[in-house]
Amino acid sequence: MSLLDVNGLSIRYGDTDVVASLSFGVDAGESVGLVGNSGSGKTQTALAIMGLLPDNAAVSGSIALDGAEIVGAGERQLDSLRAERIGMVFQDPAQALNPYVSIGRQLRRILLRHGTSDGREADQRVMHMLDRVGLADPARQFRAYPHQLSGGMRQRVMIASALIAGPDLLIADEPTTALDVTVQAQILDLLERIREETALLLITHDLGIIAGHCERLLVIEDGRLVEAGPTRKLFSEPQSPHTRKLIEAAPRLDGSLPPPTAAGDIVLQADDVSVSYTERQGRQQLHAVQDLDLELRSGETVAVVGESGSGKSSFVRAVLGLIPMRAGRVTFCGRELAGPVQARAVGLRRDLQLVFQDPAGSLNPQLRIERVIAEPLAIHEPALDAKGRRERVAAALHRVGLDESLLRRFPHQLSGGQAQRVAIARALIVNPKVLVCDEAVAALDGSVRRQVLELLQREQQATGLGIVFISHDLAVVRSISHRVMVLYLGRLVELANGADIFGNPRHPYTRALLDAVPVPDPLAPGGKLSLGGEMPSILTPPPGCAFHPRCRYVKSRCRVERPRARRVGDAHVACHRAEELEL
Amino acid sequence: MISGAILSAIALLAVIGPWISPNEYVAADFGNILRSPTFSAGHVFGTDDLGRDLFVRTMMGVQVTFAVAIVASIVSLFIGVLYGATAGFVGGRVDAVMMRLVDTLYAMPFIFFVILLLVVFERNFLLIFVAIGAINWLDMARIVRGQTLSLREREFVQAAQLIGVSTPRIILRHIAPNLVGVVIVYVTLTIPQAILIESFLSFLGLGIQEPQTSLGKLVNDGTDQMEGASWMLLIPATLLAAILLCFNFLGDGMRDLLDSRQSR
Repeated sequence: MSLLDVNGLSIRYGDTDVVASLSFGVDAGESVGLVGNSGSGKTQTALAIMGLLPDNAAVSGSIALDGAEIVGAGERQLDSLRAERIGMVFQDPAQALNPYVSIGRQLRRILLRHGTSDGREADQRVMHMLDRVGLADPARQFRAYPHQLSGGMRQRVMIASALIAGPDLLIADEPTTALDVTVQAQILDLLERIREETALLLITHDLGIIAGHCERLLVIEDGRLVEAGPTRKLFSEPQSPHTRKLIEAAPRLDGSLPPPTAAGDIVLQADDVSVSYTERQGRQQLHAVQDLDLELRSGETVAVVGESGSGKSSFVRAVLGLIPMRAGRVTFCGRELAGPVQARAVGLRRDLQLVFQDPAGSLNPQLRIERVIAEPLAIHEPALDAKGRRERVAAALHRVGLDESLLRRFPHQLSGGQAQRVAIARALIVNPKVLVCDEAVAALDGSVRRQVLELLQREQQATGLGIVFISHDLAVVRSISHRVMVLYLGRLVELANGADIFGNPRHPYTRALLDAVPVPDPLAPGGKLSLGGEMPSILTPPPGCAFHPRCRYVKSRCRVERPRARRVGDAHVACHRAEELEL
Repeated sequence: MISGAILSAIALLAVIGPWISPNEYVAADFGNILRSPTFSAGHVFGTDDLGRDLFVRTMMGVQVTFAVAIVASIVSLFIGVLYGATAGFVGGRVDAVMMRLVDTLYAMPFIFFVILLLVVFERNFLLIFVAIGAINWLDMARIVRGQTLSLREREFVQAAQLIGVSTPRIILRHIAPNLVGVVIVYVTLTIPQAILIESFLSFLGLGIQEPQTSLGKLVNDGTDQMEGASWMLLIPATLLAAILLCFNFLGDGMRDLLDSRQSR
């Protein structure tokens, strides 16, 4: 008998089945991955195991932990199961921790309720646990509040809280989706090391994570189990078409690079752009972006890559005029773009368009899709009559692979992928020369992500569109980028063409980003832990090379002198040791 | 739902009541002064100390009360939404100046303000509407500004800016429609407030003038005759309480309705 036995589990909301007769087991000490696209019922399954489903969910079937039935169990019974037998790590640690209680007290409460009644012993066990999850100076962290910790540290605290009462099963629901790639590698590594005898049920949409960290795999689609088996076997000989599709859609570092483009004219050029924010009522200046340049030719894609806080979004937003620049100059086709976007000539605005990360947030929830897509036409082509406008809207929808049945819908009635295509259709309907995509595929599932990337590439080939593509994940941009800019704490660390960045990175940070990418291949899973720590606060940047506290090739010179970006081979690199390092 | 039905019933009665009743609201029936409610003499709610039919007068009072509430709400709606949305969207110094003005107006004692208005100008029907609306818009402006501040940061507003939509058009087309939910809820909650203020003013003798009447005034008259003719107090007071309760429930209901749609 396995530790956890799920038998014929079904979950219904009203008339909708979210999980349908799902059966699987998890043995003691085993690590199992549960994979599926968003909406496939992964999280619902996890909540059912924890007994946390809302009251309007109709649950049938059986979930047994060591023979004890969870479905239909009373609250008191569930209470002793949670924490003591099952621990759970949620996707967003910022929401799972109580902001008003210090983390030490939060962990202590768990222990006092489930385990020990001795306050001092509880304190000591909490300290020990904080130390084990890799928080430096546990005595100080004990008194820290969640907002004082970074995202990665918060997730460590979540893991500590899930494990502190010594459960037999740990459920981790997308534990790294909200984190940067390098931090993701650290957290996964921690999960692997710390769980010891605890069984792990890892829920994710990312096959790359699974490949390196799970012994066995469960693939679900629309609430049904489509395939289960040992990880290696599933990757090498996937049986169901859905699994095959998932594997194909996962971003890889060995895929093909985009075909080279005939270098067009420079359409967008930015020189020495700096962006500062004023913090704490003017007492502190935060230099989000410093002296960045950008050169975009028509028909070319430039990727801007960096961890969160690297200034990539601030940079492009300043170029577009959405936030003020402290210094710098932006020209578009030789004409200078100055001032905020509202002050720019309407004709110029037509040529620069942006697609946002969150498709739902970038579409006005009160407007129907037809109005959303037609809006740019009303401004830039006011002469168009109603019929012509409808035709153009329909054509734009076809271009992004959607059909006219969506026109009368509201944004919340669309799936994430559809909404993102609508946003792209809106941006492309006036035929801009430059399209900026700010993490435009980060919120999408693997297969949808690939379709959107292919769509962008097709548009580029057809119209010579210049694309600036922002992402935190190098693997995502690989298939479309001609050139890649890597940023760290608001400065350029490396700029090179795609082949060089992926084949011959010259900056240790670029190398670390590449290493951290989890690859969907159980034999060479990637996701290596080559970078310790997290990005320092931009309010107090380290002296010298901003990257030196995390760099393993650091020398005394790096601590005092900031390297300037210079030409090394075909690349621009900001590292004192760029020539000598073999990365 | 039930609140809405009761409100419409009262409103309907208020409109057609005086029309179907054989009595005039100013006409005194000297044979029936201070008559308790009776069907035989045709005075369903009884008569007052001047022999006027209380049913008709109460219905007139309801009419006036509703009119005050609706006009005052519309006044506060228009000023408040435009003012708040502009301050919130433009932001910066404009916002600071506009909102400090609101704070200053807030600091003025309201009753004092109204008494002053009524003393300086003639007492008149319209002035009461304006006075009440002018007070209520302050809250509305603050709420709308807060909402606008968060809406302004939403990405669809930035998307509209990039497309080239002008600022007034963004406020009108993109910000305002997204405020509707909050504003509707708030209006249903200000209506009872306006009713209460009007009743209060009339009760103090600052509101509606004879022979016009309102629920607040009727309650005032009722208190004078409380011992001999308790119906003169009880009937309008009960009606007033019922209307207020219904509007409050309606506001809560609206809020729940809009909230659930949002969370879904």
